[in-house]
Amino acid sequence: MTVMNILEAVRDGLRQELKADPDVVLFGEDIGRNGGVFRTTDGLFDEFPGRVIDTPLAELGIVASAVGMAAYGMRPVVEIQFSGFVYGAMEQLISHAARLRNRTRGKFTCPMVLRAPYSGGIRALEHHSESMEAFYVHTQGLKVVIPSNPYDAKGLLIAAIRDPDPVIFLEPKRIYRAVKAEVPDGSYVVPLGRASILREGTDITVVSWGSMMKSVLDAATELQGKASIEVLDLRTLSPMDTASIIASVEKTGRLLVVSEEPRTCSVAGEILAQVAERAMLSLQAPPRRVTGFDTIMPLYKMENDYIPSKDKIMKAILDVVSY
Amino acid sequence: MPRKTLASFKVEYQQLMNEKGDVDEKVAAIDPEFAKRCYELMTLVRVFDAKAVAMQRQGRIGTYASVLGQEAAQVGSALALQESDYLLPTYREAGALIARDSPMHQLLQYFGGDERGSAYEEGINNFPIAIPISSQIPHATGIGWAMRLKGHKAAALVYFGDGASSRGDFHEAINIAAVMKANAVFFCQNNQYAISLPRERQTLAESIAQKAISYGVEGLQVDGNDVLGVHKAVSDALQKAYTGKGPTLIEAYTFRLGDHTTSDDAKKYRDPKLVEQWQKRDPLARLRVYLRQKMLWDEDYEKSLLERCAKKVEDAVVRYESTPAAPLTDMFDYHYAQLPQNLAEQRREVM
Repeated sequence: MTVMNILEAVRDGLRQELKADPDVVLFGEDIGRNGGVFRTTDGLFDEFPGRVIDTPLAELGIVASAVGMAAYGMRPVVEIQFSGFVYGAMEQLISHAARLRNRTRGKFTCPMVLRAPYSGGIRALEHHSESMEAFYVHTQGLKVVIPSNPYDAKGLLIAAIRDPDPVIFLEPKRIYRAVKAEVPDGSYVVPLGRASILREGTDITVVSWGSMMKSVLDAATELQGKASIEVLDLRTLSPMDTASIIASVEKTGRLLVVSEEPRTCSVAGEILAQVAERAMLSLQAPPRRVTGFDTIMPLYKMENDYIPSKDKIMKAILDVVSY
Repeated sequence: MPRKTLASFKVEYQQLMNEKGDVDEKVAAIDPEFAKRCYELMTLVRVFDAKAVAMQRQGRIGTYASVLGQEAAQVGSALALQESDYLLPTYREAGALIARDSPMHQLLQYFGGDERGSAYEEGINNFPIAIPISSQIPHATGIGWAMRLKGHKAAALVYFGDGASSRGDFHEAINIAAVMKANAVFFCQNNQYAISLPRERQTLAESIAQKAISYGVEGLQVDGNDVLGVHKAVSDALQKAYTGKGPTLIEAYTFRLGDHTTSDDAKKYRDPKLVEQWQKRDPLARLRVYLRQKMLWDEDYEKSLLERCAKKVEDAVVRYESTPAAPLTDMFDYHYAQLPQNLAEQRREVM
């Protein structure tokens, strides 16, 4: 066991797979000698000569090259520096990566991973802070994974690299260094498609993921004695572990979803719809969402008023519990 | 201070056989039997193409993009490939695909709205048809880059048109391929029109080939209606790729004699006189002259060839039309290696 933050855990996951599988290559902008803009790949360039590759500045070209490389049987893991820069490559994700298996009835597949830091709260420039995970969840054929802690970050990333289908792996950059935990040495897998219960409770289920999870756990700790809170970390947004959400809501009878996305057509909205369809009669209070606003993500002077705060989460929990 | 010349460039044009069937054996030695093989394949492509257009009119397949006029560019390039190479087509590549062993009944299946048309059997390394313009070009970069990383003596040959050269994908693809020395050949069929937009409105550049220069890549324009010349240029580019010398851009200068697709009417935007001029440069006509000189072509041969081609196409049509419909569950079963819960539930709705 080694104490690591999320960045270090991601790096260790990459290292394990580079060691284990000669078909794994990493490429992207500034990820080689420079170790990436967040230093996620620091040291890997020297440790694995020729397999951690700096590319020209071309997001579309990077993602599309990964599609071709994956279809040829390699396991490319590409980094886009910020999730706000993926959009130039969206056609590649939607029209090719996500569809290749289906449109060739399994003849060609696309086992690639796209890593990108997402979410706000680090006083970054414009376009560096959005939480648009719903785009990818809405795209059938992609898997979408967002870890919230170092253990999951490493294990989910290893699972993503080994997965036979394309995985969008969004990294919670606000808590990259803020969350530290013991991480097993060597290789292990956290299976995709399974949520985890981070905290057991009986009064309310709070579903969240990624960057918001630290605030959710802090809120739950502060409300100790006032409400018994079950915290469910979704971890994989697509395919979604609906069964675990329903089981938890059937137990607690209440639901709050906390995410940083714009509210309309959000993943949070989908979770409410699933619960409404499958567990309406278990609910003792209307289900609620605490999310970002349906606004463009503001520049950093206002970003902390956009991102759901711990206080907002606590108030929503108490509102639902006391309904 | 006077300006200095940093670099200067030239753009070359290559032709092996001209419109009259004259050949320049200084460019490459010609095997008459190979020329005959090209002619037979091009004839098969033309017969298939006419049948596909007719079948669309009869409602037996959906929208189809004719390759009429581009048979030489497609057959000449595809025949240069070895088995381990990859071919990446657009929707106007029936000629290249037939030359590269994609079964004709599967092409009809694809244009007939059935995904099984792109599920070629093992060993046929043809990518599925790409519809979004130029989006397939950088896949060749990725495949060719993977081939180089794995040390495979193979290359990726990607097809696209003059319109594609205006999109960013084209430029990012060639640039990355150049920097990574990817085993890729970029093959542009400049057929003079992107739907209704003529080539001179697509780019002010004198050629598409010269766009390679800005990426440090060799660009060559060839007579796209000269099947042997196309074959020679693509073979040379593939050899270059196999030996780690990086990518090449080839512009095959040709013409789309038909409409953009069966949903289009080119008379609305194209002068019929221009079409007449290009009909005189029909890629099959010059080969016929050459083969006749070599005593490899006469009227009887032509007649029996057309009958053989019609029979092959008819067999493909029968196979396409007698293939049982795919089960509706196929809609769900190929999204992921393992069927996720939401799709498993929705799949039951169609059972």
